[in-house]
Amino acid sequence: MRTDDLQRDADGGLKHFLTIDGLDRAILTEILDRAEGFLGVSEQAVKKVPLCRGKIIANLFFENSTRTRTTFELAAKRLSADVLNLNINTSSTAKGETLLDTLRNLEAMHVDMFVVRHAESGAAHFFAQHAAPHVSVINAGDGRHSHPTQAMLDMFTIRRHKGDFAPLTVAIVGDILHSRVARSQIHALRGLGAGEIRVIGPRTLIPPEVADLGAHIFHDLREGVREADVVIMLRLQRERMTGALLPSEREYFHLFGLTEARLETAKPDAIVMHPGPINRGVEMDSQVADGPRSVILEQVSNGIAVRMAIMSMCIGTQNRRGQGDGDG
Amino acid sequence: MADGATLSICNGRLVDPANGLDAPLDLHIANGRIVAIGAAPPGFAPERVLDARGQVVCPGFVDLCARLREPGAEQKATIASETRAAAASGVTALCCPPDTQPLIDTPAVAQLVRQTAQRHGFARVLPAGALTQGLAGAQISEMEALKRAGCPVMSHADRPITNTLVQRRAMEYAATFDLAVFLHPEDPHLRAGGCMHEGRVSTRLGLPGIPEAAETVAVARDLALAEQAGARVHFRGLSTARAAEMVAEAQRRGIAASADVSAVQLILTEDDVGAFDSNCHLIPPLRTARDRDALRAAVASGVIGAICSDHQPHDADAKLAPFPATAPGISALETLLPLALRLVDEGVADLATVIARLTAGPARILGKPLLGRLDEGARADICIFDPDARWTLEPGQMASLGQNTPFAGRTLEGRVSWTLLAGRIVHARTAESR
Repeated sequence: MRTDDLQRDADGGLKHFLTIDGLDRAILTEILDRAEGFLGVSEQAVKKVPLCRGKIIANLFFENSTRTRTTFELAAKRLSADVLNLNINTSSTAKGETLLDTLRNLEAMHVDMFVVRHAESGAAHFFAQHAAPHVSVINAGDGRHSHPTQAMLDMFTIRRHKGDFAPLTVAIVGDILHSRVARSQIHALRGLGAGEIRVIGPRTLIPPEVADLGAHIFHDLREGVREADVVIMLRLQRERMTGALLPSEREYFHLFGLTEARLETAKPDAIVMHPGPINRGVEMDSQVADGPRSVILEQVSNGIAVRMAIMSMCIGTQNRRGQGDGDG
Repeated sequence: MADGATLSICNGRLVDPANGLDAPLDLHIANGRIVAIGAAPPGFAPERVLDARGQVVCPGFVDLCARLREPGAEQKATIASETRAAAASGVTALCCPPDTQPLIDTPAVAQLVRQTAQRHGFARVLPAGALTQGLAGAQISEMEALKRAGCPVMSHADRPITNTLVQRRAMEYAATFDLAVFLHPEDPHLRAGGCMHEGRVSTRLGLPGIPEAAETVAVARDLALAEQAGARVHFRGLSTARAAEMVAEAQRRGIAASADVSAVQLILTEDDVGAFDSNCHLIPPLRTARDRDALRAAVASGVIGAICSDHQPHDADAKLAPFPATAPGISALETLLPLALRLVDEGVADLATVIARLTAGPARILGKPLLGRLDEGARADICIFDPDARWTLEPGQMASLGQNTPFAGRTLEGRVSWTLLAGRIVHARTAESR
């Protein structure tokens, strides 16, 4: 079984959104096009469309998150869905309830869609495998595996600035090993036909055989961003400093932190991205983060439109299915 | 069938690698022992005849690692259920690791396990004694007492000993009593919470990886210690090509090192983890096709002397979680023979060699040279199987209480028809017996 087998229904419709690995250009482009249409909703006087009216969407966050959870919540509300926010750290799993019990209980409350974030790779697949047939699962980040909505909002941001993906060189910098964002970005860039994908970091933070995903490996930042159109900086978790992966924040910033000077080898119109939250002075300095090439805040705004697109596509698949089965 | 009864197994292909036999020969049993191979003794009138036409008659299999879950985890399985599963799989003797609860680090628990198995009477259970007290890796256990209580080998289950000095002393002390030491070759620091092979697939799935070096570093260390201690060491469950090479090299140099492999490692690879299939969550992990092929070659050459099941039955809940949070291991007794026979089908080894790795090979590693062979006068522990029988593994029909297997719904080839323990039929698949 492939990791993307679960997420398409028999007609190819998007039922769940778990991973970008295996999705073709047509559906990735459909997501981006649809998100384009939703951009305007935020600017309307009434910031809502009725595509998910009467649906219940549960945000199931087993890991802390502010940005992702908030933008999912806003996206669901703009689609007119009813939203439940469950931060499970403080909820029933602390009392020993299994994931499956959590899922079953929420299904009994007639939830139509789960947005799941979990610290274990494969958690979103686990939910999708065990969810009732009429329920959709959106992966909001599982372990090191996948964060597909983040990658799609990044692709959306890139497309708005650069248009076609084919001529682009995209450099992803930092902790590739632990990054679900990087994995999803690589799959998305490949799926959309980006010219060259590079990953940059010390050997301790580059996963084995990453070239198999279609990325070129660099260990030198200046070389890695040379002639790049897009530079994506990854968040470095503070706990990476405590193991044997890195010696210190100082040395990391010295070698892999992004500054205006180190951007010199990139294309003059290169854009700089970061999934947030930024560790200023570790991954990049404030001059870059707040500078003219930074599109970091745009990424956040675009996140709402992209998540609206993905959620409405999955609910649309549910609705078609419901009509097809004759049970509404 | 009671002891004392007489029985003949006729028309089968008798394969007994320990005696170099592979021929159409009948086998005759009385009083639980083999009385003749070939022609029946004069005047022998069997009360029962098993027609083994088209079948292979061989020694009962000796499994170096099968967990029975009793005492301590009876919600998963029991000695009764799993020895029945062993009988259904052609296994007449098995070694269970000492990580029960309580642990097998005292003679009392070893005796409890043996006596419970004897009471049910489906298979011989040879408990491995704990190498250190509490499997804590600090204080060595009372190995002589454990040996007297019926533990043929000492083991540290799947818990590596990190203190090299303790490992050395444990090997030396075991060698005093000519006890082999079963080791799970893993450097826990290099494993670092990993749950699958570190490589192409772990990178794609974002699963924490277990590098090849987690195994090879441990094998290198323990070979060096064994050489100096003059101890007999057995590496349980190799998973890498490189470790198999290192064991081969050590054997050439005269170190008393042996190794086994779980049957599943000869068939599946990291790719079978697919979309987070928790039934492919194994420790050591499924590795690359190159590793699998090298392990197969090492089985064929004899560097790996035994194929075992590494049977780990689980309750359903143990596998119902995201992949890293699931319990590793598969319910493997019932696939042991068909998976091993794949090596014959695919031309890796001949039938006699594969049977040797299931019988005389593991018996030698256990220091039980009388097991795993068919000698006149010996106890009649026998497996009769149909090498061509095709069947589909239905979890609901497994004898084991554990239904955790990646082979559910798959078509397998080769199936046990009868199993005899000391001349007694402990498993008969159909009513074909006459």
